Amino acid sequence: MTAVSTMNHKGWRWNTCLEYTLTLLCLCLIASTAWAKDDGNRWFQIKNSLFGDKYIQSGEEILGLESPTRAMDAAIVPITIESKLEQTPDRYIKSLYLVIDNNPSPVAAVFHFPGKHSWETLSTRVRINAYTDLRAIAELSDGNLYMVNNYVKASGGCSAPSLKDPAAAMAQLGKIKFRMPEEYNQGDLLPTQLLIKHPNNSGLQFDQISRFYIPADFVRTIQVTYNGEEVFTADTDISISEDPSIRFGFVPQESGVLEVHVKDSKGRSFTHSMDLPSQDKG
Amino acid sequence: MRLLLLSMVLLQLPPGVAAWRFTAEEIAPGIYLRPGMQEEFSPRNYGHIANIGFIVGNEAVAVIDTGSTLKEGLSLRRAIREITDLPIAYVILTHMHPDHSLGAAAFRQDEPEYIGHKQLAGALAVRQSVYLSRMNQILGNMAKGTEMVLPTQAVDVGEVLKLDLGGRSIHLRGYPTAHTNNDLSVYDDKTGTLWLSDLLFVERIPVMDGSLRGWLKVIDDLGSRYCVQIAADTASPLNSDASKRCKNVNRIVPGHGPVVTQWKQALDDQRRYLELIATGIRKIIKQGGTITQAVASVGLEERDNWLLFDEFHGRNITAVFAELEWE
Repeated sequence: MTAVSTMNHKGWRWNTCLEYTLTLLCLCLIASTAWAKDDGNRWFQIKNSLFGDKYIQSGEEILGLESPTRAMDAAIVPITIESKLEQTPDRYIKSLYLVIDNNPSPVAAVFHFPGKHSWETLSTRVRINAYTDLRAIAELSDGNLYMVNNYVKASGGCSAPSLKDPAAAMAQLGKIKFRMPEEYNQGDLLPTQLLIKHPNNSGLQFDQISRFYIPADFVRTIQVTYNGEEVFTADTDISISEDPSIRFGFVPQESGVLEVHVKDSKGRSFTHSMDLPSQDKG
Repeated sequence: MRLLLLSMVLLQLPPGVAAWRFTAEEIAPGIYLRPGMQEEFSPRNYGHIANIGFIVGNEAVAVIDTGSTLKEGLSLRRAIREITDLPIAYVILTHMHPDHSLGAAAFRQDEPEYIGHKQLAGALAVRQSVYLSRMNQILGNMAKGTEMVLPTQAVDVGEVLKLDLGGRSIHLRGYPTAHTNNDLSVYDDKTGTLWLSDLLFVERIPVMDGSLRGWLKVIDDLGSRYCVQIAADTASPLNSDASKRCKNVNRIVPGHGPVVTQWKQALDDQRRYLELIATGIRKIIKQGGTITQAVASVGLEERDNWLLFDEFHGRNITAVFAELEWE
C-alpha cells in the first residue's frame, strides 16, 4: 500500500475566525447559565433547530450507542454508534447526528452516507463539558427519524486544554493516516480508522497572558471516498477531540484508492490517499 | 538522616475536619520538605497534596513549589520565617500543575525571581482559569485569594541555570516534554539532593500529562548514569570535563511520596508501570483495538502497587493511547 498526503494552507481569515470565537463564546455563556440547569429544555431547543416539529421515534431497533458512564478524560471520550439496520438501496441511514446536549456547541458531528456502502459501526472521540445526555439520531432515506441516547458523567472537556504539547501539535498539523487490518477479503466489510493530526481548538480556552481566547481552529468537514465514490461525509464541530479519529467500515469490491479530503475552520485543506491492491484469495 | 521537626502551624479547622499540621522537615542540611498527603484534592487535606519545600543558603532562600492555594503558600512562608530571616530570593515552580504552582502569590511581598521552564508561562496561561475554578469548586474558602503568578525567569530545554544561595549552589534543569511539557528539576550540590518533583512519583500512581516516550527517556537517562549533569548538554560527548560535571545523587525528592535514597528502585518502579502500559497499548493498537478496550484490560495487574490507581490509571491509558497511535 502506498500513501500520499498533500496540504494546502489558504490565508488566515481573521474575520471569520473572530466571528466563530464570538459566537462560541456567547453559546458558552448561555450554556453555563440558562441551559445547563434544564436538560429537557435544552434538548427541546436543539431538536427544534435541527428537525423542527418532526417526530423522532425510539431508535433501539435501528441504532446502538456505546459510551462510558463516566469519562476517564473529558477531553477524549470514546463513543461508538452501531447500525442494526440491514441497509438496502431502498432503506438506509442517510444522515447520522451526534448531539451532546450540554456542550457549548451541542451538535458534535453530522455524518452523511450515500447508501451504497453498508456499515456496522462508527466510532469517534468527543469532548464533554458537563454531565450530559449524548444522542445519536438517524435520518433514514425514507425520511423517518430514530434516536438513542446515553447519559455521560464528565466535565471540563471543552475548556480544559487538551494540548499536552502545543509546539509538537502545530508541527504535525494536517498529518493524516488510515489504519486497517493487513489482510482482508475483497467484498467483506473492511474496518478502517481515519486519524487526523489537528489541535481542534475549541475557541473556549482563555489565555491569561494575551487576555484573549485562543482562536477556534477545528476540522469542519471530512469526506472519504473510494475510487472517487463517496463513502461518507462528516460535518464536524468543536466537540470532536483533538486529533480527530473516526472508525468506519466500507466494502471494497475491487482494488482502488481510498481518499480523504479534510477542511478546517481556518480554510486549510488536507488530502490523503491510500492504494488498496487487489487481494489474492487462497 | 536526622529529621528535625521545625515548624508546626496549626491551621484553622472547619467543623468535622481532621487535624493536619503544616510541618516542614529538614531532610538534609538546609533542605526542608513539607510532604504532601497521598490523596486527591479535598477540603479534608486543604489541597496539601504535593511535596513542597525550600533550600536555605548562607545568603538566600530558594522556595521549591508553593502548593495549591494562597493559604498553603503563606503557610510555607511562615515555616521559612520560623527558621531564617534571609531573603527569599527565588521561587522555583517545577511545573504547571495546580498542587505545585498555585501558592506562588504568597511570596510576592519578597519580590523574588519566579523561575520556571521556558514553556511554563504559556502552559499556565491557558490552564489557569480552569485550575483556579477547579480549586474554588473543591476547596471553597480555603482557595480564597489564590491567583496565578507567571515566571519572571525561564530555563530552556537542556539548559542548566545555576543559582548561588551563599555556600551552596543549586542547578535548575529544563527537560523536553515528559510528565508535562514544562518540567524542571533542582540539584543541590552541597548535599547531593536532586529535587525531581513530578518527574518521579513514589507510591502514588504516576500521572501522564505530557509524553510517555519523553518521560521514559528522562528516567532512562537518570537511571543509566547514576548521576545528574549540572551543565548544559555539550555538543561533544568526548569532552573530558563531562564526567566531572555529572554529580552524585544521594537522594531524590519526588513530587509525591517519601524522599528516596535507594532511588534507582523508585525510578525502576515508575519505569515498570509506564513500560507495561506502553507495551499493552501498542499491542491493542496493532490489533486495531480501541481506547475502551485498552482501559478495560491494560495494566490492571499494577492496581495493588500504587495509591490512587482507580482515579488516574484510566486517564493515563487514554492519554498514552492517543500519543502512541501516531507512532
